[in-house]
Amino acid sequence: MKTLFLGNEAVARGLYEAGCGFVSSYPGTPSTEITECAAKYSEIYAEWAPNEKVALEAALGACLGGKRAFCGMKHVGLNVAADPLFIGAYTGVGAGLVIGVADDPGMHSSQNEQDSRHYAESAKLPMLEPSDSAECKEFTKLAFELSEAFDTPVLLRLTTRVSHARSLVECADRQEPAAFTYEKDPQKHVMMPAYAKPRHLAAEDRLRRLSAYAETSDLNRIEFHQDALGIVCAGNTYNYAKEVFGDRASYLKLGMVHPFPEQLARQFAGKVKRLIVIEELDPFLENKFRALGIACEGKNLLSLCGEYSQDLLKERLENGSNPHHVYPDPIPPRPPVLCPGCPHRGLYYVLKKLNLRVFGDIGCYTLGAVAPLNAIDTCFCMGASVSAMHGFEKASPEAAKNSVGVIGDSTFMHSGITGLVNLCYNQANATLIILDNSITAMTGHQQNPCTGYTLKGEAVHGILPEKICEGAGVDPKHIRITDPNEPEKLEAILREELAFNGVSVIITRRPCVLLKQVKKDKLCTIESDSCKNCRACMKLGCPAIYLGGGKRPQIDGTLCTGCTLCTKLCKFGAIRTQAR
Amino acid sequence: MNTKNIMIVGVGGQGTLLTSKILGNAAISAGYDVKVSEVHGMSQRGGSVVTYVRYGAQVYSPVIGLGEADLILAFEPLEAARALSYLKKDGILVANTRKIDPMPVISGAMEYPQDVLERIASLGVDLRAFDAMQSAQNAGNEKTLNVVLVGYLSTLGFFEESALRDALCACVPEKLRDVNLKAFELGKNAEVSAF
Ligand SMILES: Cc1ncc(C[n+]2csc(CCOP(=O)(O)OP(=O)(O)O)c2C)c(N)n1
Repeated sequence: MKTLFLGNEAVARGLYEAGCGFVSSYPGTPSTEITECAAKYSEIYAEWAPNEKVALEAALGACLGGKRAFCGMKHVGLNVAADPLFIGAYTGVGAGLVIGVADDPGMHSSQNEQDSRHYAESAKLPMLEPSDSAECKEFTKLAFELSEAFDTPVLLRLTTRVSHARSLVECADRQEPAAFTYEKDPQKHVMMPAYAKPRHLAAEDRLRRLSAYAETSDLNRIEFHQDALGIVCAGNTYNYAKEVFGDRASYLKLGMVHPFPEQLARQFAGKVKRLIVIEELDPFLENKFRALGIACEGKNLLSLCGEYSQDLLKERLENGSNPHHVYPDPIPPRPPVLCPGCPHRGLYYVLKKLNLRVFGDIGCYTLGAVAPLNAIDTCFCMGASVSAMHGFEKASPEAAKNSVGVIGDSTFMHSGITGLVNLCYNQANATLIILDNSITAMTGHQQNPCTGYTLKGEAVHGILPEKICEGAGVDPKHIRITDPNEPEKLEAILREELAFNGVSVIITRRPCVLLKQVKKDKLCTIESDSCKNCRACMKLGCPAIYLGGGKRPQIDGTLCTGCTLCTKLCKFGAIRTQAR
Repeated sequence: MNTKNIMIVGVGGQGTLLTSKILGNAAISAGYDVKVSEVHGMSQRGGSVVTYVRYGAQVYSPVIGLGEADLILAFEPLEAARALSYLKKDGILVANTRKIDPMPVISGAMEYPQDVLERIASLGVDLRAFDAMQSAQNAGNEKTLNVVLVGYLSTLGFFEESALRDALCACVPEKLRDVNLKAFELGKNAEVSAF
């Protein structure tokens, strides 16, 4: 029987059926559900690592240790894991190793839209790209076969619309793979120059063999219908192209996007009059055709940026979109916001009030950058709050008096600790705020080393960021732990620590309001008699507080979580708290 | 059968994903190929969210293009306006009348447009609007807003009512079944406003 599987869920099913025994990943939209779903199978050991580099190194170790292993991440995660990725290409694997990387064309939930296919090419690794959930499962299984047959890590590339689309999948049973037994082999596994040189040759030789495989593999296929138009596509662009052109075009559908099947490409190009490469982001496949001297179109018609759709193809390659209604007036945008009751809000309120320069980082708390809080100056990549603040202050020492870095608990574990070590080692004058909401919230509530639970739900020792700070050498007197929903207290602490010449860490500790254990048994209301309409409460940017009748602030009881932050800002005592 | 396209739009946190799950399951039980495209991640934090459900003999694209939706279920009026261009000229737009201010309105940078649904109706759109939040509250749980809208959808001929009911029961936890069935019933019998 076929059932609806999310693309990511289908990858997890593929892991299960392939007999995968080890998964280590770091969350990141749109890849997260692969690992969450894999963790539900008791046969698979699955963990959240503190970051992608650790996860991939663990997976490399696990495949040598005899288990088929998987490591999942979002596109920028592969930047973090690039070091072991390139080396894994030299060492090869033991049991199979598959690396899932999910790109986010259109930047639904990302800070850039890089194209991971370049990693396959530069690391000299094979990369498969499924276009629906059924292929997600099949390609995952096949990736393990290839990994073992060619002694290589295999990349599985997904994109948001494949990862987060549900389509039909037929399940099969789990098959335990042939056992792999580790034997010491320094020439293969110890990468120092003398041993690595032959391994580079081995990687190049393997790539040649993989190229030959790509020519005949079922992963790559020509669907021939008519010769007027030939479309080259992979992943979800196949779906868009089929949707628009159906049997009016012929297709070269690549399930393996690296290495490139040159003969097959020539053969296809020779059969059609016009050749268009339809691929999101970079002209990766298009450049392969050009390198072969084959004329083709692609980015001259389509876009380097953003996500494709049937609309884009209709607009650029056909005669426009379907007739449709048009709403005649401007529509206010609805950007994502900090939730009602979010513990990050109290902190940003104070940072804004003190008009501080804020070196931001990545997580829900990046949303403090938008109106009305407008409280963040920079956000680069995970961990950069700490290190960019450090550099800024070394370059511009007077900045320390009015600058802070903000970093979430998961991000601190991911790559904030090394930055903190740098602050301590290089005698920074800096104030770092760790926003400890006891969860990895942005990506949908994953456990992390601070939360006291593993991915499988076992209770473990939760690592306290303050202990790490102490170990790094921050003076315990300047490690301050406080509740972000006590703005006055927080403000006083901030003033003291900004005045201190040295490294200070402020930990704002309050669990994410969306966590089940957080009671939402209270409700705030504004008493219209006492309200002077000063709108101080509106400065919080709480979605539950809006301008109601008579243009006066009101609280939407369906959204209010009773966090009571607003009651602390009202000088007139007009906001009351009651039991729900 | 030609592919049917249903678009579900709302505000992150309103439970649009459950609706698409129910519709997806109902479409499978009717023997169709199905694709459902969801939004996870950033926009779930109170931003605009769009989910697509497509079913038919064979479905390729997971998304719906301009002028392709047979039906839009809008959980909020402004989101109805935002999605309007995706509706087929003769498609049906079902909208909850309860507004949620987006942050630019809350922060005072912009105004919530006046009479959004009236404007839509005046374009000649087949608009079916009612206070689905009130129905959810009457059912006893505001979170059942999504199921109220499924209940209304059951009257539009896209799926057998029983198939929707079964899919609903399969998608919600046992202890929430009764309140959801009540919400379904209230949605089914909702009186739409005239514009
Ligand atoms: C290298 C990299 N990996 C993963 C992500 C995806 N990601 C964005 S924010 C985040 C975690 C945020 O958690 P935390 O720091 O605890 O902040 P919260 O969202 O809970 O406020 C993750 C995993 C990313 N942007 N970059």
